Amino acid sequence: MKFVEEYRDPELGKKLLDMIHERSRKPARLMEFCGGHTVAIFKHGLRQLLPDNIEMLSGPGCPVCVTASDDLDRAIALGHLPDVIITSFGDMVRVPGSRSSLQEARSEGADVRIVYSAQDALAIARDNPEKSVIFIGIGFETTAPTIAASILQAEQEKISNYYVLSLHKVCPPIMKAILDLGEVNLGGIICPGHVSAIIGSHPYQFIADDYKIACAVSGFEPLDILLAVDRLIRQIESGQPTVEIAYRRGVKPEGNVPAIRLMETVFEIGEANWRGIGVVPSSGLQVKSQYEKYDAAKNFKIDPGPTHEPEGCICGSILRGVSTPKDCGLFGGTCTPEHPVGPCMVSSEGSCAAYYHYGDNHG
Amino acid sequence: MDDRILLAHGSGGKLSQDLIRSFLPDLANPILNRLDDSAVFEANGRLAFTTDSYTVNPIFFNGGDIGRLAVCGTVNDLAMSGARPLYLSLAFIIEEGLLIADLKKILASIKEAANEAGVKIITGDTKVVDQGSADKIFVNTAGVGTVPEGVDISAANARPGDKIILSGNIGDHGIAVLSQREGLKFNTPVPSDCAPLNGLVADMLAASANIHCLRDPTRGGLATTLNDFAGQSQAGIVIEEDKIAVDKAVLAACEFLGFDPLYIANEGKLAAAVAPGDAEVVLAAMKRSKYGGGAVIIGEVVAEHPGQVVMKTTLGASRIVDIPVGELLPRIC
Repeated sequence: MKFVEEYRDPELGKKLLDMIHERSRKPARLMEFCGGHTVAIFKHGLRQLLPDNIEMLSGPGCPVCVTASDDLDRAIALGHLPDVIITSFGDMVRVPGSRSSLQEARSEGADVRIVYSAQDALAIARDNPEKSVIFIGIGFETTAPTIAASILQAEQEKISNYYVLSLHKVCPPIMKAILDLGEVNLGGIICPGHVSAIIGSHPYQFIADDYKIACAVSGFEPLDILLAVDRLIRQIESGQPTVEIAYRRGVKPEGNVPAIRLMETVFEIGEANWRGIGVVPSSGLQVKSQYEKYDAAKNFKIDPGPTHEPEGCICGSILRGVSTPKDCGLFGGTCTPEHPVGPCMVSSEGSCAAYYHYGDNHG
Repeated sequence: MDDRILLAHGSGGKLSQDLIRSFLPDLANPILNRLDDSAVFEANGRLAFTTDSYTVNPIFFNGGDIGRLAVCGTVNDLAMSGARPLYLSLAFIIEEGLLIADLKKILASIKEAANEAGVKIITGDTKVVDQGSADKIFVNTAGVGTVPEGVDISAANARPGDKIILSGNIGDHGIAVLSQREGLKFNTPVPSDCAPLNGLVADMLAASANIHCLRDPTRGGLATTLNDFAGQSQAGIVIEEDKIAVDKAVLAACEFLGFDPLYIANEGKLAAAVAPGDAEVVLAAMKRSKYGGGAVIIGEVVAEHPGQVVMKTTLGASRIVDIPVGELLPRIC
């Protein structure tokens, strides 16, 4: 197949690894921002193949994992309202909030449906005009344009029972927030692939310029990631951090301009609550007032109750790259994919799930 | 208007009788034709008995339908115990409103699959439920087969040194059904691999008396089957990623959706653990068989890491292959 097999070629992979081993001298701590990269790195066993002086940390780029407990509590409270259908991406329904999950709400009678896209949610609204259909909008710049498109389509078709609870987050501000916390001493960042397909590579320039940290945008195949690591090591060894695209078939420096316009039409930048990090200004997307009749946050009265984080769960510090799942006392014992305590164990892109599924880490 | 199944078709009255009689020409055999309350038949030796219910959306998919699935699934469950499948029961739960033409199509493929597998349907039942109480049609089949003398196949029988053989490429059925259900159109449509494997198993058993484990990797995929072998046998399994074949279109769909083909359902493949000395003869027998042409040795059973499946990746690393937790969900971003 085009774009898969050639990016898994073992011969090319070995050449890239040889180059990395030959070139890498300084200790280098690299963070893969995106959960998709974390999974790919584990799935292909890449950590074992890199030199010992390269340390890989997982970052906060998993949309399910960074959803704050109180946002989940709001989604669950919306689900308990009469005549409401909650539509959500699959992983979200299993994430525990302060007291319950969307899955548990469903077993108590809430109408919670898993959809593959916002278009599916819109179709449910079309088919159920007597119900209010609320889409739990999570994700980064990757999913936001499609959800913006669903709101515009609802407007065009005059569908008045479709709402979005926008919990969308944007990447560059959270990268800045993590760097400003000063908890992790990074040499390089593997920048997200799909997010960058939308926003391009320019928004990361400040990381190289202001923080002197190497950046490489990567795809999700093993050779993509090895190429990105090679680029980062070159930058680190030469002491010249910059932003490179190691995923040219997917990412252009300027990004996908029509998708950005779509996002900007419907959403505006606002604060967002990140699990384990807290409220970060200018790191979220809110529905513009012009489209507020589609904004679930503005159209329903709910009381989600007090929020608390699960005791002993360190998802927050894992998302900041400060801890690894192995540092967590719950990992593999109390917290497993079957009975997740925190979101990083629920999501297929979560660090804890990746460590659990692919590493020798069973409790 | 097209003829549809009515609640009255399940009432036990004239309409029910007419419907059931309309099935008979397709499925006819002396045991079924008696239409008594139970089927009476003779069998000798050790019997294998299994049942499974089939719910699939859509009921017609590329490469098969719920009828073919219901026959092959139960035939394969019998075959994976080393049994020679003989008889099946067939029960429908039908949602009122199903097109009678659709039911006829399902019956025709049941007939075709049963003929191919050499099994007879000897008893059956039909119920009709209100709209919304079922999704078009659910099918249950139970099956009986005889286990030849000396055959002892179980997921608990794998021993260190055994070779793991896989009968062909993986993931076709799951992706065929999913892509049709979700309206995902790929340039090369993927047909389901749904097929009866009793002929393949018979050819394998004829070649060797040292087949220790057999299982068809349906829901949960190859990863689950190999974990079953490892867990029940308390042995480790090591497989090699580059030996496991995946159709290009299936691989493309998996990449697109964020799935791992190791976890995708198959309906016409099997995995076996075979004593090392017999692995090559079994492999050769499989390759000659209709549904074993793509057979390959993908790994072996080891004494280390009991209960765990480890895969050597194409790039030379290794990783654990765990069982899936729940429903496979596509990637979000």
